[in-house]
Amino acid sequence: MEKKIFSDIEYNKYLNKKKLMGSKCKKCGSLFTPPRPICIDCYGTDMEWVEMKGTGKLAAFTCISIGPPFMIEEGFDRKHPYCVGVVELDEGTKVDARIEGIDPARPETIKVGMPLAVKYLHRKKKGEKLTYLAFEPV
Amino acid sequence: MKKRKLGRGVAVIGAGMTKFGMYKNKDSKDLFTEAFNETIASVDKGFDPNEIEALYLGNFSNDFFVHQAHWAPMISDLIGLSPKPATRTEGACASSALAFREGVFAIASGFYDIVLVGGVEDMSKVSTEEVAEGLALATVPYEGRVGFTFPGVFGVIATAYFAKYGASHRDLMNVTIKSHNNAPFNPKAQIPFTIRDMMNAKIERAKAKGRPAPQWKDEIEFLSDLSANPPVAWPMHLYDCCPISDGASCMILAAEEIAGNFTDKPLKVIGIGQGSGRGFHSAKSLTSFEATQNAAKEAYGMSGLKPEDIQFSEVHDCFSIAEIIHTEDLGFFKKGEGYKAVRDGLTRLDGPIPINTSGGLKSKGHPVGATGTSQLVEVWKQLRNEAGERQVKKKNLRIGAAHNLGGTGGTCTFTILERR
Repeated sequence: MEKKIFSDIEYNKYLNKKKLMGSKCKKCGSLFTPPRPICIDCYGTDMEWVEMKGTGKLAAFTCISIGPPFMIEEGFDRKHPYCVGVVELDEGTKVDARIEGIDPARPETIKVGMPLAVKYLHRKKKGEKLTYLAFEPV
Repeated sequence: MKKRKLGRGVAVIGAGMTKFGMYKNKDSKDLFTEAFNETIASVDKGFDPNEIEALYLGNFSNDFFVHQAHWAPMISDLIGLSPKPATRTEGACASSALAFREGVFAIASGFYDIVLVGGVEDMSKVSTEEVAEGLALATVPYEGRVGFTFPGVFGVIATAYFAKYGASHRDLMNVTIKSHNNAPFNPKAQIPFTIRDMMNAKIERAKAKGRPAPQWKDEIEFLSDLSANPPVAWPMHLYDCCPISDGASCMILAAEEIAGNFTDKPLKVIGIGQGSGRGFHSAKSLTSFEATQNAAKEAYGMSGLKPEDIQFSEVHDCFSIAEIIHTEDLGFFKKGEGYKAVRDGLTRLDGPIPINTSGGLKSKGHPVGATGTSQLVEVWKQLRNEAGERQVKKKNLRIGAAHNLGGTGGTCTFTILERR
C-alpha cells in the first residue's frame, strides 16, 4: 500500500470515503485530529493513520445567521440559520463540524455536552466534490 | 521563562489616528495621510519627517477588501519616505501591533534610531457578506470549511464560557453598555453614542413615523429585544459585534536616549509580548487564549510588573465575549470572574481597572490593520493626560497597556507603556 502523507489533502480524501481519520505518534502515543505530520508533544515524525469511531459530545456551538457566500448558496440566511460547533471525540481530540438534527433557530434547546455521532455533508467546489464533517444527536 | 529585555530603550514620541468610520470617499492613502499628519503634529518639540529611517505598516487584507496588495511601499511613497525601507506586517486584526513590535526591535537592535509604525485598513467598500468572507480568511481552514464566520468563532467561545462558568448573554450586554458609555467622549469613535442614546433615538424615530413607540425600560431590555438586537452568530448579537470600519493610525518610535530631543513626555516601551495560538481542534481550552497568556507572560516578565500594576488597558473586544476572556487571560481577573467584574463596574472609566476607555473596538471601530496602533494611541492620550472627558482620573497615572488579538487567537500581543 502506498504510504499516505499526513496531510489535509489525504485527510479530505478519507472524508470523501466517509472515514474520519487522525494520526497517532508511534513514539509517544499522542493522537491528533485532523492528522498532523509532526507530533507536537514529542517531535516524533513516525506517525500512523487511525480511524476515529465518529462519536463524541458537543463542546461548544454557535448558530450563524450571516454566513459566507457558499453557505448562502446552500440556502442559509437570517431566517434560516445553521449551526456549527466543536465536537470532542470519544478518543479525546476535537474537530470542527456542522451540527445537524437540531433546530438552529432555537439555540436555547442545543446543549453543550450532548452526545453526537458523525455524518458527512458534501458540496461542489469548482466542480469537485468536497466532503465536510457534520455531527448529529445520537 | 527567560526574562526578555530590549537591547536598548525605545520610546514613543508621537501618535495619531483618523476618526474611524465607513468612508465612501476616502481610501487607504487618504486615511493614512490624515493619521500621519496628526502624528507629526503631535511631536511636542516639532519633528522633521526626513528623520524617519524606516516604516513598518500593518495591513491585514486590503488585498481582498480593495483588490490591492503590497501597501508598505505605496504608503512609504505617499509620505515621502521612499526609497527608505518599508515593510508590511500581517497578523490579521493584530497587524499593526506587530508593526509596532518590529519597529521597537529595529530600534532596540541599534540599527535605526527613529521609525514610523502604523496600520491601515479599508473595509467598507464591499458588502457585509464579503467582509464576513474576507475576515473568515483568518480562521483556520478546518473552521472555514464547515461554515464558521468570525462572529461564529466567538459565538462558540461564548457557549463554552457560559457552560463552564454559568454566565449568560445578559452578562455580555454589560460589556457593550460599559464600552459605549465611554464612546461619546472619544472624538475618534465611529459610534460615539451610548446604548441608551441609540435606544432613545429608535424610540423617537418610531414616534416621528407615527408607529407605536417601543417600550424598553432600560438598556438591558433594549438589548434583549431580538428585533432591536438580532443574532448574528448566536449568542453573538448585533450589539456584541464591532462595526465594519475604515481607518489608519500611526506612531513615531525613537531610541530612548534621543527621545528628549522631541518631547519632555515620551512613553517608554517597558513590556512587549506576543503569542501564537491554534484553532479549536487543537486548543487546550475553549475559554482561554493561549496566545494572550503567552503575550502577557512575555510582557510582564520583561517589565517586572504584575497585572495589578497595570492602571488601565485597552483590550481587544472585537466581540463582547472576547473582552471578558482576555481580561482573565491577562490576569486582571481570575478565570470565570471576568463577567462578574464587568457587572460590578470594576472596568468602568471610574473603576479600579478601566478597560477600553476609548470605547473599545465595539464603539471606536475596528479597521483591522489599524486597530493595534490605535489602541496604543489611546494609551498615549491617557498617559499624557490628553484624553479629555474620558481621562482616567487616577493619581500618578503612569502605566497603561494594550492587548491586541488577530484571527481566532492566532496572533496576540500585549504592550505596556510607561510615562517617565
